[in-house]
Amino acid sequence: MSVPRYWRERVTKYRLIGAQCTNCGKSFYPPRKVCPYCGSRDLKEVALPRKGKVISFTVIRVPPAGFELYSPYLIAIVELENGTRVLAQLTDVDLSEVKVGMPVEATFRKYLEHGPSGIIEYGIKFRPVIKGEDK
Amino acid sequence: MKSLQTVGILGYGVYVPMYRIKAQEIGRMWKREGRLPIEEKSVVGLDEDTATLAVEASLNALKRAKISGSFIGAIRLGTESKPYAVKPTATIVAEAIGATPRLMAADLEFACKAGTEAIQSCRALVASGIVDYALAIGVDTAQGRPRDELEYTAGCGAAAYVLSKKSHEALAYIEDAVSYVTDTPDFWRRPLEPYPCHAYRFTGKPAYFHHIISAAKLLMEKTGLSPSDFTYAVFHQPNVKFPLTVASILGFKKDQILPGLLVNAIGNTYAASSLIGLAAVLDVAKPGDRILLVSYGSGAGSDAFSIVVQDSIEEKRELAPLVKDYINRKKYIDYATYAFYRKKILV
Amino acid sequence: MKENVVICGIGYTRIGEHWDKSLRELAVEASLKALEDSGFDHVDAIYVSNMMSGMLQEQEHLGALVATYLGLRGIPACKVEAACGSGGMAIHQAFLAVSSGYYKTVLVVGVEKMSDRTTSEVTLALASAEDREYVISTGATFVGLNALLYRAYMLKYGVRQESIAKFPVIEHENALNAPHAQFRRKITLEDVLSSPLIADPLHLLECAPLGDGAAALVISCEEEAKNNKCDAVRIIGSAAATDILSLYEREDLLTLYATVKASQKAYEMAGIKPKDVDLLEVHDAFSILAPISLEDLGFAKKGEGWKLIEKEEVALSGRIPTNTMGGLKARGHPIGATGIYQAVDAILQLRNDAGKNQVDNASVALLQSIGGVGGTVTVNILKR
Repeated sequence: MSVPRYWRERVTKYRLIGAQCTNCGKSFYPPRKVCPYCGSRDLKEVALPRKGKVISFTVIRVPPAGFELYSPYLIAIVELENGTRVLAQLTDVDLSEVKVGMPVEATFRKYLEHGPSGIIEYGIKFRPVIKGEDK
Repeated sequence: MKSLQTVGILGYGVYVPMYRIKAQEIGRMWKREGRLPIEEKSVVGLDEDTATLAVEASLNALKRAKISGSFIGAIRLGTESKPYAVKPTATIVAEAIGATPRLMAADLEFACKAGTEAIQSCRALVASGIVDYALAIGVDTAQGRPRDELEYTAGCGAAAYVLSKKSHEALAYIEDAVSYVTDTPDFWRRPLEPYPCHAYRFTGKPAYFHHIISAAKLLMEKTGLSPSDFTYAVFHQPNVKFPLTVASILGFKKDQILPGLLVNAIGNTYAASSLIGLAAVLDVAKPGDRILLVSYGSGAGSDAFSIVVQDSIEEKRELAPLVKDYINRKKYIDYATYAFYRKKILV
Repeated sequence: MKENVVICGIGYTRIGEHWDKSLRELAVEASLKALEDSGFDHVDAIYVSNMMSGMLQEQEHLGALVATYLGLRGIPACKVEAACGSGGMAIHQAFLAVSSGYYKTVLVVGVEKMSDRTTSEVTLALASAEDREYVISTGATFVGLNALLYRAYMLKYGVRQESIAKFPVIEHENALNAPHAQFRRKITLEDVLSSPLIADPLHLLECAPLGDGAAALVISCEEEAKNNKCDAVRIIGSAAATDILSLYEREDLLTLYATVKASQKAYEMAGIKPKDVDLLEVHDAFSILAPISLEDLGFAKKGEGWKLIEKEEVALSGRIPTNTMGGLKARGHPIGATGIYQAVDAILQLRNDAGKNQVDNASVALLQSIGGVGGTVTVNILKR
């Protein structure tokens, strides 16, 4: 991905910023101008909850160009505590340990490196909840 | 000139990655016989680096500080393992914790002392009134040359401290601090070199011991305090033996330093080493306890701090994971996986 | 609608790795065959359906390119793109153009050439069917997204993987008698479930292969076709719909809303119901899309599409023969051309040219073409 494109998206990717519809109340990630559910244009940006549970998951064994180093890795749909859905990698967990319904929390991680001399992309992934975060 | 404020610790947070390799496993690889410097060390996963560790620790520190990232007026990030040789790591942290754009941000390098150097720098910014809240981070994902003594100990971790002027909200305050610096080449890494070099036994007496002991003595002289005035003491911990020896030379008892001595469980986390030790002490300290913190960074120098714990520690320590939560969260890896995670294998 | 619309010529290449043929050569080969089959030597416009020429061949502007190489200088031509659903969408666009009366005869040619690139490059290009900025930047792949659907389906409806993984087995059986199919070999359920995992739980033999191919249709108004004495098949229903692009944001992961919406419109236009359909072409880029599509098109209740597969109702001899030449899995899935191949396979049946796979008395065929994970779906209904 291009440097300007990565840069533009850094805030929502680093901080898990979404938008909430003031009409239907639903929130979504990433943020946008029009509610995908009810069509309202009355939206506000919100910081999304960092905890949720796994709705479905898969193991990527044939990765796209750029992700070869990390394969096999986990991709999951996570439902956050307020019902917002996000799609992200799971990390710090063995492939065989993941279960649907498993509680997870957001963590800031490296996505990939543009080769040894290019930029490094970071963003949100999810991991099993750390003890001490479970209160 | 307006008088300087006493600076408090509003919040602290640590992060230690979950992977561990036993020193014995490294020893197996190199057919080493005899005593090993530590038990096991922490290792970053493939998707972790100094920036991600720093963000995790900083978010924990903000939770205990009970402020949002937008209040942070300065970030000083001390490390010797920057993801970019040129481009600040502090800006990545600033963006990820929501501190941008109205802040100062810079990385500091002073080998293993960079973390406490960040504390000193932030302390000055707060004490002078230039900023209200400053975030000091010590973080490293240091590499040791395969087979070298340092390969057994070079660990990964981060500690972050939110400083602001002393108030009842602060869980501790910095009573006093001194620094002690000389030009002593005991350990170094030249540009473009993947691994550091060291001067073997020269790293001991004229380097580590001289600076730590000098700084500690300076601080005790300046404050009129003696080892018995401190409930706890934390010294930079490149291995188990060095900090124990320093403690005994200075007259500290084992029970004063064991709560903050973590090197056996996570390795030498370089710029984070003494700061994670301090965090482990804060995890168990009581209001009124006094803590001596002395770092050491090759090159060389030490910062010494006298820190007094306040009442709000009791309520705040539970707001984020404790050091022991991270120490107990572990998954052992073998040398091959370690070599892959640390990019010692060409893939 | 002013005009009745018919398909009056088909042309296609074998699907596979055409190392010696370029994108444009494949497109021209299929187009010339379709023109020859129709008897027309001129058309009023060209729609080229293709997804990835920009990424894989670094070639865009396919409309003028194909027109040039067909010697049809001067006519309007453009590329139609809706990811893997480009073919169905191109037919829909051609249908609109001819039914409006503006063009009398158009050529639709679908083409994709994937063998020019490595698997990881093609994987990244295919992933552009999803939201590239967010979803794909996480490392998700297109196969992976369908795998998320697969796991959720099995869990929600308590279905064993065997019941779904049987679909590729049936399709491979059908492809044995399809000369243009990419894979003309029998496979067993055991073969499917012991093939390597690509994105758990999806096995290699549950995923449509990468391949090159081109297929073309001459689409005309009924009157022109009659004048030209073509062997024509009518398009009696044609509709397209979209859904929220990204799967993860949909309230119900297991319903492809765009399939429901497009099929309702197409049924209404055609004045028929699912029971009136004799033949089905579903877009089984991955095995899991078969049961879900059977449900969303109205052939099974929600959560029961897999039963049609388990009971072999979708086989040639079953109640609703589906993907009679092997579908995306066995006949092949050259992305932008796939929707056109679906029409070709259905027309072979409706013309009674399907050889050993001929379904008796087939009169109505329904074609479902999916772009992305249901971000776009078109449904076209053909009648003899």
